[in-house]
Amino acid sequence: MSITVRNVGKRFGDFVALEGVSLGVETGSLTALLGPSGSGKSTLLRCIAGLETPDTGEILISGEDVTDAPPQQRGVGFVFQHYAAFKHMTVAKNIAFGLEVRKRPKEEIEHRVNELLELVQLQGLAKRYPAQLSGGQRQRMGLARALAVDPEVLLLDEPFGALDARVRKELRAWLRRLHDETHTTTVIVTHDQEEAMEVADQIVLMNRGRIEQIGGPRDLYEHPATEFVMTFVGEANRVGDTFVRPHDLTLTLSPVDGSEEARVERLVHLGFEVRVELVRHDGAELSVQLSRDEADQLELEPRQIVYVAASRARVFT
Amino acid sequence: MAALVWRSTDRGGSNFWQAISNPQSVAALKLTLIVSAVVVLLNAVFGTIVAWVLVRDDFRGKAVVNAVIDLPFALPTIVAGLTLLTLYGPKSPVGIDLAFSRYGIGAALLFVTLPFVVRTVQPVLYELDQDMEEAAASLGAPPQLIFRRVILPVLVPAILSGVAMSFARAIGEIGSVILISGNLPFKTQVSSVYITGLIESGNTPGAAAVSVLLLAISFATLLGIGALRRFTTRHDA
Repeated sequence: MSITVRNVGKRFGDFVALEGVSLGVETGSLTALLGPSGSGKSTLLRCIAGLETPDTGEILISGEDVTDAPPQQRGVGFVFQHYAAFKHMTVAKNIAFGLEVRKRPKEEIEHRVNELLELVQLQGLAKRYPAQLSGGQRQRMGLARALAVDPEVLLLDEPFGALDARVRKELRAWLRRLHDETHTTTVIVTHDQEEAMEVADQIVLMNRGRIEQIGGPRDLYEHPATEFVMTFVGEANRVGDTFVRPHDLTLTLSPVDGSEEARVERLVHLGFEVRVELVRHDGAELSVQLSRDEADQLELEPRQIVYVAASRARVFT
Repeated sequence: MAALVWRSTDRGGSNFWQAISNPQSVAALKLTLIVSAVVVLLNAVFGTIVAWVLVRDDFRGKAVVNAVIDLPFALPTIVAGLTLLTLYGPKSPVGIDLAFSRYGIGAALLFVTLPFVVRTVQPVLYELDQDMEEAAASLGAPPQLIFRRVILPVLVPAILSGVAMSFARAIGEIGSVILISGNLPFKTQVSSVYITGLIESGNTPGAAAVSVLLLAISFATLLGIGALRRFTTRHDA
């Protein structure tokens, strides 16, 4: 089911959380709202869910104007960063909540709960209380609870933000697989660009309550529309008005056409890649990304003089 | 407490039994327990509502109301009793005469026990994760259902604690009750005032016996509510 956001604005006192935000989310897609904290991404998600009411603009779900509808009537599933588990209910009861609210027959609820327990791999934990689960398990329960009522859209607010790096990676891949199986229209909020690029078909990059750019993961990286996109998605060196990616810089030991002299300040070994920090003769600081083999061939040492050239650079006006 | 128990059996077990089973003592105890139970139930409901309003609503003078809640704790209870008698006595300026009636006792006990439930529920409400309510709303639960199935179960242990303390306080309360109750045997005499009467008439072992009984009831109530509380928090692994 598609989502349409038209010219939405929202203020909290003097703080402008959203301003003139318009966005379309296609049926069955997985969209990431990406941005730094305070960029308005969570507020936008909460407006779609009906947990916040926009001051201006409108929100449509499946073509129907839901701007003033309470969350109960929107048919959305919401997953919270801190799980929002009903801690006095068992896992099974948590998942069954939405179905019990809808007064579905007992057998049907039981059947559906079992189905979902299997889907989120929590079989055998049905009778546990949330406090007896790990963070990852709690969040999978949160997902099952949201999915139980077959929501038209699934909204996730930094769902993996409170989990450690390894579990986060696992759940991320699992969410993507789940989406490929169920095709529920999904919007996920994240501040982690790697997470957005890994799971989403479409990324909406937000900054200071506005949308900077909408596009596929590759679009944003290869064709950033603004300076903000260039620096937020992937790393970038800035020299004056020019931006260049660390891997678009090449190093040589003798001068070549268009290269400039620079001194190696520091070498950082990050497994497969090596980051070389340089200071150019004009004082500009640059970070260069090389593969380990490239770095080994150059036999780089701190304080060594090298020549640096950009194969690709961008200027935003 | 051991001294009290020892004192209560000064004149042998049969005297102990007689002290607690004589009709006036039983009537006083019955009245004490019934009025206390009613007061505590009212407290559970209204204390929770007051706590809710103080945490969730914003209104002018909220800070003042919040401070005034503790007044019954700060006020000497005999002053509270005198105030109640002036307000709701025979010469009541508001035209409500509760003096020498069970309602008067109830009013006095309500006043002195009001802070307990409010002050136990308030911090739990502050800490309550509003995400849970939002999750329930997005799952389609209307507000009353959210309150009943999501909020109330979290508050129940705190309400029970407040109730236990209110009850223990109510059955032993004397200062605020002694004036407004009028101390009419079989009518408005509560156990605490009855015990005072026994002491004044020189029957110390009798007073000690009734005291031991009150003590036992207090203990049993606290233990019972404690068990209930543990049952309602069994999910906190």
